Amino acid sequence: MSDPTLLSIRNVGKHFGGLHVLQDVSFEVPAGSIYGLIGPNGAGKTTVFNLVTGLLEPSNGTIEFMGNSLVGLPPQRITHRGIARTFQNIRIFKEMSLLENVMVGMHDHLNYSPAAIFFNTGACRSAEKRARERAFELLSWVGLEHKSDMLADNLSYGDQRKLEFARALATEPKLLLLDEPVAGMNPSEKTILMEEIRNIRDRGYGVFMIEHDMRFVMGLCDRIAVLNFGRIIAEGTPDEVRNNPDVIEAYLGKEDEA
Amino acid sequence: MEWFNDFWSTYSTLVFSVGVHALLALSIWLTLSCGLLSLANAAFMGIGAYVSALLTLQLGWSFPAVLLAGGLAPALVALIIGAPVLRLSGVYLAMATLAFGEVVRITVLNLEITGGPEGLNGIPLLTEGWHIALILALTLYGLARLRRSKVGRAFEAIKEDEVAARLMGIDVDRYKLLAFVLGAVIAGVAGALNAHFTFFISPREYGFENAVDIITMAVLGGTANLIGPVLGASIITLLPELLRSLHDFRSFVNGAVLVLVVLFLPKGIWDPRRFRGWLQRVKGGRA
Repeated sequence: MSDPTLLSIRNVGKHFGGLHVLQDVSFEVPAGSIYGLIGPNGAGKTTVFNLVTGLLEPSNGTIEFMGNSLVGLPPQRITHRGIARTFQNIRIFKEMSLLENVMVGMHDHLNYSPAAIFFNTGACRSAEKRARERAFELLSWVGLEHKSDMLADNLSYGDQRKLEFARALATEPKLLLLDEPVAGMNPSEKTILMEEIRNIRDRGYGVFMIEHDMRFVMGLCDRIAVLNFGRIIAEGTPDEVRNNPDVIEAYLGKEDEA
Repeated sequence: MEWFNDFWSTYSTLVFSVGVHALLALSIWLTLSCGLLSLANAAFMGIGAYVSALLTLQLGWSFPAVLLAGGLAPALVALIIGAPVLRLSGVYLAMATLAFGEVVRITVLNLEITGGPEGLNGIPLLTEGWHIALILALTLYGLARLRRSKVGRAFEAIKEDEVAARLMGIDVDRYKLLAFVLGAVIAGVAGALNAHFTFFISPREYGFENAVDIITMAVLGGTANLIGPVLGASIITLLPELLRSLHDFRSFVNGAVLVLVVLFLPKGIWDPRRFRGWLQRVKGGRA
């Protein structure tokens, strides 16, 4: 690969009025790897995701995806470029079935015309059929295929996370953003999800996640950035980060304060 | 066949009204399915009615062309006002579309060509039963197809969570505009059909009360699928006639029925999920 960088964030700042949420944030997410963003509550992690997915615009700095700037693009265009995300506070479509939820994610890839919809042409029927099969496949990937006709609202918390995961994959992303993917999951579910995330990476996707569960992050990520009060205080492999004095201080406080 | 002829000569207007109201309820169902609470559909119906009636009266266009124009004229208006108005959501959208409806009503009231407060008289009775039946069937079919396509899923996704819908690659603004404009087309055609069987139209028929009536039909029937709005429109149209024997108590009972339905069946009369719940309880009771 000539350019292994998938996502490149350079000198990004974000302020709301006088409140500086992010300052001079720079890091790069390489293709084919799992990248973690950690930091104490309120450090600005979700703001980074909102900037990358176009829900917010950076006050300064550049965000590039595979060499093209994302700044100023609306969210749906960024999804089209190949970035998908899940949310910290799950945002599935509760009144729709699991299968429909995943099929919404395929919106961009169903290219039949309005006339094809009205006349129910062969092209439309076969595209819908393929989409259903693919949605079913994605659901079975997260172990929810037997609930495909259920309303999403009736799922357990952990299952809702899995559904959101399948729905994000349905957009056919090159980079998957996961906002606290294991929150609310039990240890065995975490282990399974860890395996699935590794699988996704091995298929060539990039994974960029925010996570609080340290054991999960350290065991899974190839590289980690640490955010504290809106600034990157450390970046490197899990081992480098774990032993960085600034990181220890951010998480545990200074020794002489204790 | 004699009884049928008797029945038809007495009740054909009523049957026509059921059809037209069903179209109107479906037009608001479409905008509601995208999460848009719009009160503009009565005004769109009025625009369709006036444009089509004037084309018939002044220019003598053929009826199919008149119906087409009756659908396209409000669509054009919806396209123009949609861009600014659809930035609003919830009750703010309802207020803006309500204001738009008043602008349309007052404009029609003061223009010379529309006959002002007297309205338009002597519109040829061109609408026949099969016109309404055919257009209603086509609308039902088209909407049923739409529901099961990516467009219907996009509408539903937008209704549930706009941000999540955007992140699924859906161009939310365009789909909202599409729902708004398609709703205007259906309401406009309904207005055109209505104008050509009532002989007479006036601004009074397209005001705030009618906008609320249209929403009531859809909500009373239920918005889960296409059966609800048609059922709601039938009930709202037929109930006052069925209660005719009650004379002075008629509007009282009419209102009471609506209040009871809204209180006890908040999702409308036709609610598949409630039916499924009943079915399961019946099965469970037997087991």
